[in-house]
Amino acid sequence: MKSSLPWYVLLLPLCSAAVIVLFTRRSRTLSSYISVAAVLGSFVCSCLIFLRSDISAAQFTWIDIPDVFKVLLGLTLDRLSKTMLVLVSGVGSLIHIYSLGYMREDKGKSRYFAALSLFMVAMFGIVLANNFVMLFIFWELVGFTSYVLIGHWFERDTAAEAAKKAFLTNRVGDFGFMLGILMVWMAIGSVAFDDIAARVSTLTSSPAYLAIAALLIFCGAVAKSAQFPLHVWLPDAMEGPTPVSALIHAATMVAAGVYMLVRVGFIIQASQNALLVIAWIGTITAVMAALIATQQDDIKRILAYSTLSQLGYMVMAVGLASNETAMFHLFTHAFFKALLFLGAGCIIVMLHHEQNIWKMGGLAKNLPITFLTFSVGALALIGCPPFSGFFSKDAILAVAYERNMSIFAVGLFTAFLTAFYVLRMLVVVFFSRPRTDIARDSDEAPLVMTGPLIVLALLALVGGFGFFAERFLPIPHEEQATLLVPALAVAAMLVGAGFGIFFYRNRTSDPIDVEILRRKFYFDELYDWLIQSTQEFLARIAAFFDRWIIDAGAVGGTAGGTWGFGALLRFIQVGNLQAYAFLFGLGIVAIIYFAIFH
Amino acid sequence: MVTLGDYLLVSGMLFTIGFAGVMVRRNIVIILMSLELMLNAANLSLVAFSRYHVQPGGLPNYSAQIFVFFIITVAAAEVAVGLAIIVALYRARQTTHVEDINSLKF
Repeated sequence: MKSSLPWYVLLLPLCSAAVIVLFTRRSRTLSSYISVAAVLGSFVCSCLIFLRSDISAAQFTWIDIPDVFKVLLGLTLDRLSKTMLVLVSGVGSLIHIYSLGYMREDKGKSRYFAALSLFMVAMFGIVLANNFVMLFIFWELVGFTSYVLIGHWFERDTAAEAAKKAFLTNRVGDFGFMLGILMVWMAIGSVAFDDIAARVSTLTSSPAYLAIAALLIFCGAVAKSAQFPLHVWLPDAMEGPTPVSALIHAATMVAAGVYMLVRVGFIIQASQNALLVIAWIGTITAVMAALIATQQDDIKRILAYSTLSQLGYMVMAVGLASNETAMFHLFTHAFFKALLFLGAGCIIVMLHHEQNIWKMGGLAKNLPITFLTFSVGALALIGCPPFSGFFSKDAILAVAYERNMSIFAVGLFTAFLTAFYVLRMLVVVFFSRPRTDIARDSDEAPLVMTGPLIVLALLALVGGFGFFAERFLPIPHEEQATLLVPALAVAAMLVGAGFGIFFYRNRTSDPIDVEILRRKFYFDELYDWLIQSTQEFLARIAAFFDRWIIDAGAVGGTAGGTWGFGALLRFIQVGNLQAYAFLFGLGIVAIIYFAIFH
Repeated sequence: MVTLGDYLLVSGMLFTIGFAGVMVRRNIVIILMSLELMLNAANLSLVAFSRYHVQPGGLPNYSAQIFVFFIITVAAAEVAVGLAIIVALYRARQTTHVEDINSLKF
């Protein structure tokens, strides 16, 4: 059944963004309500689409160069995209509502909500795109809105720098992504997912080409989902407002990389080598980020590294050719990570923008709702049964156990680390005695902020159970009905949690100090050095070229040549009448000579 | 018997003397006179050609002689202009020597 409903999902936030930018920038409250109304409208439309099974969207021809390039603007409406649609619009709505409270006093509220609406358009676009061109355009658009929102408080240097860093890092990955799209298009001659899926055998005939194309497409996901080695932007992106961190840098945009990999799974899964690389990149990211997270002091940075780590799990699942488990984890992660970020946001606001966990403490008494919901999120994150994270993480570990033992081992170790750093954060923030006056005098957040927390906490609680999740996703069934994997996972979790509580109970400062983890494995320093040295090298080449080829060769050569030629000609211009006459006579003689004898 | 070659030889000698005069003499008036000599060398050869280039009716080819008249007329005009320039030049520079007159602007 054709319907324009899917287009409404896409266009409602776009209209909201346009209206805010064009008309209501001055009235900040009105802007925020317009944006919230638009996203709620999108949410309702998404639910309607989700409930109707036989829906399809109208298609338009956008670019049509006969026999060369054809792009149809269409929307994919399968189970995957419908689920993502409900997820994105649902979490998006909650975060919009929360933002009403969080950004209440902000001067740039209109700009903030316009960017948030634009982000929703872009994210819906990625979810719904039925071809690579559309996907890429919306992909860039989320990158842009992410840039705007990270740099929302641009008067702070760190925020401006972080926004720039995020944008540039994403450029690196997106360049690879674009090359990958071009490679697929060159081989198949179409950018529509359906055509590519139907003709993927063209690609499989040359495995090397296919592997390169798949890995280049994966490059896009590496940057967007902040995988090693392009993960450096995500922790810095925490300079943005906390709801933005929750929506963009935890629940949706960073998951877009994983979603894209699942969407083009038919290309990725055709190449075993690419899969192996992807699985290991995910694994490395998961364990590296978890290690770094154990030594961070900023509550949002801890959460950012845990996001990296969980995204690593998802990419690992994609690399293990198990798209269902990747999507399952994406689904549950969106709820509990948004919940954790929003909870952190409540704490940050109530503590007057204090983010250092060592300046908090004892907040369980002062912020009871935040504490309870945050704990639910934390337990889901560490994979404590029966919270949602347990089911999805267990599914990924089970797949790893079946297919690659070493990845399974690293995954298990990461689960241990996750429990350790989450409990560290939980204990330091909420228990023991308040370490500062602000922490002692803190108060519970208003309902507009705690409301979304409660909804998300419920979702994080039930999100993993079959009766709930199966409506949205095909839940992976464990082929081996072994109890070993969940038992090991729970054991790792309990040990990690135990260590976390043991080390950090009643502490006023960090008893463990590992410089290399505190400095995030020196990635920033390495990239600084790398960029500086390559830049220095390129600058030297450019300087040489400028000085010797342009200045000395082209400009100097022309000037010198003209001057020399003039100097030569000047010898003839003696000014003596008789010399001229002599030359004239010589010329005549020459002419006569040639006229007669030749 | 005087042949065309003799006339042309004399004409060539006159021309050479004139050219040499233009080359070596310093006084601009003498140079002008040498120029006239070269013109007359040309005239002489033209007249000689006219005389020896007999047409079918036994008459010489007069067009060359008409040409000579033109040259004489133009030479007269040229001398008038040339002498006038020399006088003006002498008034400005107090010299008629070409080696002193070697720049266009002074």
